[in-house]
Amino acid sequence: MKFAILVNEGPYTHQASDSAYNFTAAVLRAGHEIVRVFFYHDGVYNGTRLSVPPQDDRNVSDRWAALAQQHEVELILCVAAAQRRGLLDDDEAKRAGKDSSNMAEGFQISGLGQLIDAGIQADRLIVFGD
Amino acid sequence: MASKKFLYINRRAPHGSIYAHESLEVVLIGAAFEQAVTLAFIDDGVYQLMQNQDTGGIGVKNFAPTFRALGDYDVNQIYVEQESLELRGLSKDDLIPLTYEDEDDDWAEKDSIHVVSSAELADIIEQQDVILNF
Repeated sequence: MKFAILVNEGPYTHQASDSAYNFTAAVLRAGHEIVRVFFYHDGVYNGTRLSVPPQDDRNVSDRWAALAQQHEVELILCVAAAQRRGLLDDDEAKRAGKDSSNMAEGFQISGLGQLIDAGIQADRLIVFGD
Repeated sequence: MASKKFLYINRRAPHGSIYAHESLEVVLIGAAFEQAVTLAFIDDGVYQLMQNQDTGGIGVKNFAPTFRALGDYDVNQIYVEQESLELRGLSKDDLIPLTYEDEDDDWAEKDSIHVVSSAELADIIEQQDVILNF
């Protein structure tokens, strides 16, 4: 079965991101397909490369990135939500005249159309939020 | 492209968090994909459709006028849960009068908002392919 995943909450503050990760990993383990993981609202903070959690805690961004690399899963941050919250890739940072970018490896920035498209392509769209 | 039924469920008050505003942004983008679109407003979400919203005092953007544009985007199936209105002392008269022009009926102007019971809304939810819950 084809699943699309929507993550609407940021890491650490809320369980949604952990649940989404665990669900996504379980989907892949069971041999199903992930069409796309889309990050919206504060969910875009999952894609920062500047997060430095304590050594004995999970690293949410790294964990997503590792999963994406291993299974070639698309991790998409909504561009409008990301710009609002200061999540920028190199191109966006340059365009906005900012002195640095902060998006983690494995993530990409794209539009909300990718969320709608994921809903169309997938057999199930699973929303993780508050 | 396959056509699916998309339902956006709006559960939160319009201000105090960004969920309502960013939900409306998804609806507007999604409208370009020529899928069947339905909106539902339940719980504090019914406040999103209140008339005469004024956000001047809290310094955030008042996005409520954007709801009026939905008809032009062919988003005209808008369901508001009756129980949620009643619990908050509201009625349909308190809501922004959203309308659309029905191209199948000589462009007659029609109401987009339908007040439905919780049970009716459950049936509407049951009929959907994709549900986005904000």
